[in-house]
Amino acid sequence: MNPVWHIYKRELGRYFHSPIAYIVVVLFLLITGGMFWASFFEGFPELSMRRFFGDAPLFLGFFAPAISMGLLAEEKRSGTLELLMTMPVSDLQIVIGKFAAAMTLLAVTLAFTTPYAFSIGTMGDLDWGPVIGGYAGLLLLGGSYVAIGMMASSWTREQIVAILIGFFLCFVLFILDRLFTNSTGLVAQTAEYLSSNYHFQNIARGVIRLSDVLYYVSVIGICLTVTRNALASRRW
Amino acid sequence: MTESAVSVEVHGLTKLYGDVKALVDVDFTVHAGEIVGLLGPNGAGKTTTMKILTGFLGATRGSAKVCGFDVAENSMEVRRRVGYLPETVPLYEDMVVYDYLKFVANMRQVPSGEVHSRIKETADVCGLSHMAGRFIREMSKGYRQRVGLAQALIHKPEVVILDEPTSGLDPNQIIEIRDLIKEIGREKTIIFSTHILQEVAAVCDRIIVIKGGSKVADGTVAELDRRVRSEERYTVTLAPTGSESPSGDVVREKLAALGGVEHVDLLSSSAAEFAFLVRSGRGVDIRHDVFQLATDNGLALLGSERARLTLEDIFRSLTGDADKLEADLRGRASASSSAEEAA
Repeated sequence: MNPVWHIYKRELGRYFHSPIAYIVVVLFLLITGGMFWASFFEGFPELSMRRFFGDAPLFLGFFAPAISMGLLAEEKRSGTLELLMTMPVSDLQIVIGKFAAAMTLLAVTLAFTTPYAFSIGTMGDLDWGPVIGGYAGLLLLGGSYVAIGMMASSWTREQIVAILIGFFLCFVLFILDRLFTNSTGLVAQTAEYLSSNYHFQNIARGVIRLSDVLYYVSVIGICLTVTRNALASRRW
Repeated sequence: MTESAVSVEVHGLTKLYGDVKALVDVDFTVHAGEIVGLLGPNGAGKTTTMKILTGFLGATRGSAKVCGFDVAENSMEVRRRVGYLPETVPLYEDMVVYDYLKFVANMRQVPSGEVHSRIKETADVCGLSHMAGRFIREMSKGYRQRVGLAQALIHKPEVVILDEPTSGLDPNQIIEIRDLIKEIGREKTIIFSTHILQEVAAVCDRIIVIKGGSKVADGTVAELDRRVRSEERYTVTLAPTGSESPSGDVVREKLAALGGVEHVDLLSSSAAEFAFLVRSGRGVDIRHDVFQLATDNGLALLGSERARLTLEDIFRSLTGDADKLEADLRGRASASSSAEEAA
């Protein structure tokens, strides 16, 4: 069978045995859930997931680097990367298998938040378009952040360094459009286009545009390529 | 060993880390079925050589072929044929032995129907059968080493590369791992590195000595011994038997006059005995002449012993620690003479 599959399974197994993964998932669910329900019952309840989709991107910026920090840094630290890289598997297959495993954990975690939507849905007429869009957006955004976190993880053997670089890059992408609100013209447009949150808010409105999807796919593609090259650079 | 197919072929292999020369123009060939020891001081380039052979590192210059495939151009073909145990013994701590070996077997493309039986077989060979359900993080160093070895063998590779497979083990474990290497070596080509010399003598068909990134010697233990031994050294101990017996200096001159003797040092001299370090040309045996000299001069011959070069001596002579080696050999000679004296 394909080596990507074996790497994927191995990586999921690692999450399953790792207290860090449980802690991070639980924290993410507690914080986003707590904030969502707190604001939901505060004042007049609003039958939408807007609050959740407003907060989640920021917390994904913490969550994604936390689940991806160990993907390569840990293999480098323990020396198992040497094992992997001398097996008949390409660098890209290693990267894809690991990315897919982190994405699975992300998807499972997000799936745990869908009861919020279903419970609101029982209270009244929920507009499902933005909800579906929002989740698609979270997966794309989260995917980009996971890819960024994995890239950071390929640059160091220390998980803590990886997570800090990951936080930093995710956060910069997240607030980029807000950094340039006073600018106009090309600078503002560029900042807006590069901002991860800007594209997310577009999708979370329920309108899935190709350009927004393309943005995330590009970020993921670029980061995975850089990651692969970071691995391959050992052979130069 | 056999002059069979070439298994590993290295030409002009050079690896630079910036300005640091880890390997410089290393050439060697290993035939199928040979057990070859890579010997050298720490930092000599043994590990770098192995990392290049397994495709983990790229060479700066030169080429390396394993089973006819170039490690750079045909990395996947090489990786399929090589089993590798890095010095760090990379294991996934969070897995149990069985799962770890299963992961490696799968990644190494062992047919899925055979995975289970292959794990059993390899675990048996490596003495791990009763440990299959144990978490790797709970295992002792010796067992971790075995898991590492099992990992390197599970896909029945043609070439097995082991980087210091016995480091950090206790003496019993070292012997077990050595026996295991010999056992494996019946069918496979093995290259392993070590800085433990007895290991080389115990296990290897051939030794390649690396120093400062260059190959300094390549051959069997006997060949290396011959190469290093440029002279014979004898410790001669004589005792005066009466008042007419000559003095130490006179004896020294007489010894120096013997055929083939190049140099004589008086190591110790007392009223009871004289000890000398006598050096002669390679292959010259002076012991008969010494005996004759003793009887002719009324001396008692207490000892006449040819100094043996140990593997350590060979190693140190090859790796350039010659001055210290010289001092040591002298020290050893006088120690043996004074030990006799004490006795």
